Amino acid sequence: MNTIFDKIWDAHVVRELEGGESQLYIDRLYCHEVTSPQAFEGLRSRGIGCLRPSRVFCMPDHNIPTMGQDRPIADPVSRAQVEALERNAGEFGLEYFGIKDARSGIVHVAGPEQGLSLPGMTIVCGDSHTSTHGAVGSIAFGIGTSEVEMVLASQCLLQQKPRTMRIRIDGKLGRAVTAKDLALYLMMRLTTSGATGYFVEYAGSAVESLSMEGRLTLCNLSIEMGARGGMVAPDEKTFSYLKGRPYAPKGEEWDRAVAYWRTLRSGDDAVFDREVSFDASDIVPMVTYGTNPGMGVGIDGVIPDDAPAAALEYMGFSPGERMLGKKVDYVFLGACTNGRIEDFRAFASIVRGRHKAAGITAWLVPGSWQVRAQVEREGLDRVLRDAGFELREPGCSACLAMNEDKVPAGKYAVSTSNRNFEGRQGRLSRTILASPLTAAAAAVTGVLTDPRDLLQEE
Amino acid sequence: MKRRFDIIESCCVPLRIDNIDTDQIIPARFLKATTRDEGFFGENLFRDWRYNADGTLREGFVLNDPLYSGCVLVAGKNFGCGSSREHAAWALSGYGFRVVIAPSFADIHRNNELNSFVLPVEVSGEFVESLFDSIRKDPATRVRVDISAQTVTDLSDGRTESFPLNAYKKYCLMNGLDDIDFLLERKDLIEKYENERWNSR
Repeated sequence: MNTIFDKIWDAHVVRELEGGESQLYIDRLYCHEVTSPQAFEGLRSRGIGCLRPSRVFCMPDHNIPTMGQDRPIADPVSRAQVEALERNAGEFGLEYFGIKDARSGIVHVAGPEQGLSLPGMTIVCGDSHTSTHGAVGSIAFGIGTSEVEMVLASQCLLQQKPRTMRIRIDGKLGRAVTAKDLALYLMMRLTTSGATGYFVEYAGSAVESLSMEGRLTLCNLSIEMGARGGMVAPDEKTFSYLKGRPYAPKGEEWDRAVAYWRTLRSGDDAVFDREVSFDASDIVPMVTYGTNPGMGVGIDGVIPDDAPAAALEYMGFSPGERMLGKKVDYVFLGACTNGRIEDFRAFASIVRGRHKAAGITAWLVPGSWQVRAQVEREGLDRVLRDAGFELREPGCSACLAMNEDKVPAGKYAVSTSNRNFEGRQGRLSRTILASPLTAAAAAVTGVLTDPRDLLQEE
Repeated sequence: MKRRFDIIESCCVPLRIDNIDTDQIIPARFLKATTRDEGFFGENLFRDWRYNADGTLREGFVLNDPLYSGCVLVAGKNFGCGSSREHAAWALSGYGFRVVIAPSFADIHRNNELNSFVLPVEVSGEFVESLFDSIRKDPATRVRVDISAQTVTDLSDGRTESFPLNAYKKYCLMNGLDDIDFLLERKDLIEKYENERWNSR
């Protein structure tokens, strides 16, 4: 009661149904090419249109190549899916950000960046990492394709109200400990189903001190604890991040919006169904050793004795082994988890003046064209190039390997993405999740390396 | 696929693994289809557990074991975690599963099953363990799933447990209806909500 979640949820209830479902009004729907075609097809077969086209934004991200985007997509099936999105957007009168559009990118990077995701909103997309947008102080969650069709048709969803959970992290994060490490730590402690059935509010001084990019990373990974979504109360950082963004309110409308957004805080008397708290100073740079994101360990730690045997067999690891020094073949910087400007700054800060290790294949994939442009403005592209790295074009890329960026069978990838499931980055690929700093440390040494040992003073 | 649920009696396919993610249920490379062809997704259900890279069947995987059949999948806890891809539910349905019994489901996948007319039956860990035992002793073990009573019975020992299902979804499943029909029937409520909200700011 009286949580931010309750406030936003209650403001969006069109009606309550018998049996506990709510008809929830949705402010923003994002569509990408993979989970939307069947929804549009459904509208066509029902002979209905989109109820509120101005609330829907479409952009391709999952399937697209990260090199040579000015050429037609080579894979005819991927091409057909991207073309279907453009055609559907046109047919139903929806805004479409094409591949080369300066506004486009991974929906969860481009949405907040364009000011399309705002505090107090309900935001959905046919993608589990929609939880990302909770970082601006919204209720944002992933849905299936049938639900995408429901929102297109009615701007509403029928949903059971989730329970609420507050995760407090107080204290100061240590040197080279990032929002990604914080999230991997939470997953290690709470497991991949620890927040199932809950909507999470992240709070505490460690969360407040995170930048917007860091909060986006933290909220992005909420789903990996099973949570429907995660959010951070909007504050001055949120407002200054959003101010002036293309789709954010302007002028008087901005002032009115901010006045309302300031009310979006959980009251002192707020009651959560569950509360847990952690101490930021307990957290070190994290990596995963297994096949779900909850199988994490501090980078200077050893694989636990009780680690699931099937997961270790898949990874080619044994209990008791140290993570430091393990050989790495691939490094992936990017995804809706870590494809923002701050992530590229972090990566560059480690590789500056060093060189990519022999035998490492690295994919550096900005989350959007805006991120890529910012990387270039800051001259980070030169730092990366001098160190032997190449900057690619935006997209989901190796996070789920629907395009050409696939990790070969048996190879080890240190990845800043969100999932280390079997085969996620390519059939029989082996994924070690980590922060951009840890990924950079692996990229220049060829083995898992503690980023604290390579951190350079600015 | 829209269908009406009634009483289902069937043998079970046991998959005693926790945290089965939707990437395993249907790998991302099969998500490029633009149609909802459940047959295609069903052929690729659990693709990388079911087939070797050369397309031959992987021995030892339960779907390839002729001992087990039926339209009920029994799985470990947190079934369907990870990606929101509804294609996972379509793959289960396309393969022929009507019911998944597990101690818990991931939230998004549970909704996807319901919207794809696959029934998620969430029961206690003890019930699922005991069902795995029954199936181990006799692979022909049958269960009876009664959606109206919201109960599942292991017919080998009569053990019965009830499962949660909200009234609205139950009505949809028993009558082969989906949410869109329901929502658009009262479009006036949506417009009323919009008017009130914009006017109140």
